[in-house]
Amino acid sequence: MKIKPFSIHFIFAWVFLFGFIPLCLVVIASFLTKDHVNLVSLPLTFSNYKELFSPLFAKVFFRSLIIALMTTVCCLLLAYPFSYLLAKSKHKSVLLVLIIIPFWTSSLIRTYSLIAILKFNGILNVILLKAHLINQPLSLLYTNFAVITGLVYNLFPFMVLPIFTNMERFDFRLIEAAKDLGANKWAIFFRVFLPNTSGGIISGCLLVLLPAMTLFYIPNVLGGARSVLLGNMIQNQFLVLENWPQGAATSVILTVLLLLLLFLYRHHGKGVIH
Amino acid sequence: MPIPLIEMKQVCKSYGTVAILNNISLTVHPGEFLTLLGPSGCGKTTLLRMISGFEQPSAGEIYINGQCVNHLPPQKRDVHTVFQSYALFPHLSVFENVAFALRCQRINNEEIDARVDDALRLVQLEAFATRSIRQLSGGQQQRVAIARAIINRPKVLLLDEPLSSLDYRLRKAMQYELKQLQKTLSMTFVFVTHDQEEALSMSDRIVIFNHGHIEQVGTPREVYETPANLHVAKFIGEANIFDIDIHGVDKQNLLTTIESTPLQCKNTGNYQAGDKVHLIVRPEDIRVWGETEVTDTEGMLPGKIIDIVYKGSTVDLKVKLPSGKIINASEFFDEDDDKLEYSPNETVWVHWVTGWEVLLPYEN
Repeated sequence: MKIKPFSIHFIFAWVFLFGFIPLCLVVIASFLTKDHVNLVSLPLTFSNYKELFSPLFAKVFFRSLIIALMTTVCCLLLAYPFSYLLAKSKHKSVLLVLIIIPFWTSSLIRTYSLIAILKFNGILNVILLKAHLINQPLSLLYTNFAVITGLVYNLFPFMVLPIFTNMERFDFRLIEAAKDLGANKWAIFFRVFLPNTSGGIISGCLLVLLPAMTLFYIPNVLGGARSVLLGNMIQNQFLVLENWPQGAATSVILTVLLLLLLFLYRHHGKGVIH
Repeated sequence: MPIPLIEMKQVCKSYGTVAILNNISLTVHPGEFLTLLGPSGCGKTTLLRMISGFEQPSAGEIYINGQCVNHLPPQKRDVHTVFQSYALFPHLSVFENVAFALRCQRINNEEIDARVDDALRLVQLEAFATRSIRQLSGGQQQRVAIARAIINRPKVLLLDEPLSSLDYRLRKAMQYELKQLQKTLSMTFVFVTHDQEEALSMSDRIVIFNHGHIEQVGTPREVYETPANLHVAKFIGEANIFDIDIHGVDKQNLLTTIESTPLQCKNTGNYQAGDKVHLIVRPEDIRVWGETEVTDTEGMLPGKIIDIVYKGSTVDLKVKLPSGKIINASEFFDEDDDKLEYSPNETVWVHWVTGWEVLLPYEN
């Protein structure tokens, strides 16, 4: 059993080198001053954070949060019943592979191909017109709807996988026990099934919410110029304005938000056990 | 006869072309402890699941309290189940598990508190109310499952091999407790097991299943002492079986030969000369005498001891008869023989009291 300590050390070293150290660099950068030659330079300053307390940042932040929340809710509403069918299916592994295969293609390419579906004379509008559900094509592209569609499409597996894993472990005999004790369909769902799959729901929401706020290329491609979200803002700060300390500070705020959510999740998790 | 609490009329169950249960007619009386006994795969659990409503009969009717429940879902039936796996809710505390049925009926909190406390006291778990299910031992989980199922005071409690995952000592203790609980609550218990010892020690009546049909229904004494057929005789307790021919009938006695020894036995089944029958003798009914202990060997079979197992209260012997047939005998320490000293390869005489044997019609 010499392999186990080695693999643990390896993973630890990997996370330390490529996770922890870069994170520290980002935090340090967020306290430095913008420099056109070296990107960052001394002196240390809080101004990068102070500047974030502006109405513009607040506006971008809350708009991103709302779009991310809507994405998360859509993902959850789709993924929860989907995972249930998947967990109950006899062809689980085949269906899982079918979900994963599209992700072998670049996410950017798949996002661009959504344009073909959503554009003014795109596939969706053609179908809706042919079915006489609409009289004139809808302008779907470059709206929040398009952004959310893109985000949901890209992040769906991150919601499905934790919920599916959780449901697969669910002991369906508990449903028989609940029926035996007189529980109707609502009671079975809300008193037994939902509480026992809440772990997967929370993991899935965490995995979807944060990326939904920062996947900058999806709003870029599908949202057009009007849609500035947090991810685009960070991208702008780094690549267009070349203000690395400012971009770093914005990222740190997001990381803190993630930690806060994780903390709430842990706290909630403990509440469930006791 | 009291009005039956559960009545099954010609109930059949099959999955596709595979018949699980054939033509089961059975009644359960109020307040009785009825055990469904049989080897695994004999359909006893399927029958229990039809009473609880998780399976529907392919043919026939099931009545609970006079009402046909064939199309009634489990929620609407006044029966609760203690599942083999317990199926406790892992996200709820002991208290909330027990309270589950009451919460589903939206009963007020004070009443729930009082009734759950009562139920937990009955199963001696009042100190564990706030514990998580994961923090309990197997025996304690078993008690929670029982408390959860009796909280609603169902007409019938169904128990699906509830003791099978407990160790021997705990199982013994729980057998006694379950029986006490059943008396205290004067509730009807329908208990499924494959353990014949458990069935004998707990039940008022035993239903013996084999291959999807009922072999015999009777009190523990009836099924042990007067088994209806060879399968029952072999399944309940141990049995030495001789296939014999009847040579003649003399008043109440039958004349026959076992191992070339002429023997008489009681004619319990109106047998005639020329009939072929199975003669069954329980090991504890067989007396084994050393060569020096007997002078008159009439009606005794000669044999040789090939195995001796000391069991504390008994000595179990394997005796080889002249034909090579091996029989089991359990000897008790009593006034007749307080030493019970046997040695391997000792030549002995084997016999039993006429009338203690059981005769059954010959089966192929």
